[in-house]
Amino acid sequence: METLRVLMVEDEAAMRAAVSRALSRYTLRLPDIEGEYGFAIEEAGSAEEGLARIEASPPDIVLLDHKLPGMSGVELLGILAEKQPPVSFLTVMMTAYATLENAVVATKRGAYDFLAKPFTPDELRSVVSKTTRHLLLTRETRRLAQEKRQVRFQLLSVIVHELKAPLAAIEGYLYLLQDPGTGSDPAVYKKAVDRSLVRIGGMRKLITDLLDLTRIESGQKRRELVPLELADVARAAIESVQPEAERRGIAVTLHAPAPVPMVADRAEMEILFNNLLTNAVKYNRDGGTVTVRLTGGERVRIEVADTGIGMTPEETARLFHEFVRIKNEKTRNIPGSGLGLSVVRKLAHLNGGEVTVESSPGVGSTFTVEIAAHSPEAQETEPE
Amino acid sequence: MSGAQKTILVVDDDEDFREQMSLQLEAAGYNVVTADGEEAARRTLEDLNPDLAVIDLMMEHVDGGFTLAYRLKKRQPPVPVIMITAVASETGLDFASAAASESGWMRVDALLSKPVRPEQLRREIARLLPE
Repeated sequence: METLRVLMVEDEAAMRAAVSRALSRYTLRLPDIEGEYGFAIEEAGSAEEGLARIEASPPDIVLLDHKLPGMSGVELLGILAEKQPPVSFLTVMMTAYATLENAVVATKRGAYDFLAKPFTPDELRSVVSKTTRHLLLTRETRRLAQEKRQVRFQLLSVIVHELKAPLAAIEGYLYLLQDPGTGSDPAVYKKAVDRSLVRIGGMRKLITDLLDLTRIESGQKRRELVPLELADVARAAIESVQPEAERRGIAVTLHAPAPVPMVADRAEMEILFNNLLTNAVKYNRDGGTVTVRLTGGERVRIEVADTGIGMTPEETARLFHEFVRIKNEKTRNIPGSGLGLSVVRKLAHLNGGEVTVESSPGVGSTFTVEIAAHSPEAQETEPE
Repeated sequence: MSGAQKTILVVDDDEDFREQMSLQLEAAGYNVVTADGEEAARRTLEDLNPDLAVIDLMMEHVDGGFTLAYRLKKRQPPVPVIMITAVASETGLDFASAAASESGWMRVDALLSKPVRPEQLRREIARLLPE
């Protein structure tokens, strides 16, 4: 149980005792809010004492009497309203003069609610319950907003880093070309141009992946669901990785014994295959194989198996997260954006399915995507 | 260049950076040995006595560069170390402008930020490796 601190600013001792009694053993469960809440009551006999306590250690809720000796409750409200940074607790005014005018003044000065004296323990608990709910929801909203800013900042930092690394490499090669000592050497020239083009390719891939991911996430990528044969999409994707596969002696084969008709967005299916196939070639060994298996039906199954470096269970667990690239001796020199598989996962979800992986180090990995043959029209992408 | 050819150890996990260092330092008449990380550098140092080392600050371990620099400075004679960093604009840490007294604890002789311009590197090396 979580305990909220309630500060009661009230000059009548009998009233303080009654309120304490009504709240001290009161526990609260709220719809939509996790957990159980109890209250710890602190007492102050005047506005001055109340202010001192608030400044020493701010409570969660303040129950504030209207009429107090010395500074009045409304005056204290005024002081609290001026505080910088703004106070994070809520104030409930208690008054025997429950007039509309009083209520208006108190609310203008930041009181959250109003309790007319005399009140029953039930009335008190009802107001405290409502105030607690508002307090917790406000805090939760603030926390989420903060978390969102944090995540966005982290993502941005990673993107910036991932774009700067290739830029620095390209810049370094240009300096070499510019320098009289190295620029006139044909071997340096060839190396500089070749490697710069590779790094630019990597940057372009990162930007494309980022765009794909953002469009899928924002739901702004217009989906065109059309009847298509998945084997055709697979064949086209295989053709596009063929040059790199041939260069490294990797055989890519397609097993689609029966037609695999689907109603889906062609571009989505292309992105899906491209990502899986590029990975299967990239992380393969020279002379290895890539096997693509398609199974049709109400649920369509796409299997892409490679004979590459494989992964440990710990590595596979982290695999589908954004910007996760498994870093080890074997992957160090393989370029990648770290976004390809999170794009695949998002697409699988969008198409009412899931992507899974089975892998063993040194043997290879098999990625399996299982999706609906008829893609759902509009599916909420999960909030992240 | 007079006398024996001097050997420079280049440690960086970025393949392109190692390549660039090799190309320009070899063109300037040095013998270059590269290592792609702290571990590889340690193995290399078992049978190599470089005259100078160029090390990237951030490799797989955040402080890998410093640990390595520390080892190199403990050797007899101490090896001059040029530390290269790409962190300045990302973290706001401005090593390059730190005064010599401030960078003393880092046990490096020069700090350069990526990308490194060839003439800048040659100047630092000439300062640390007089003929």
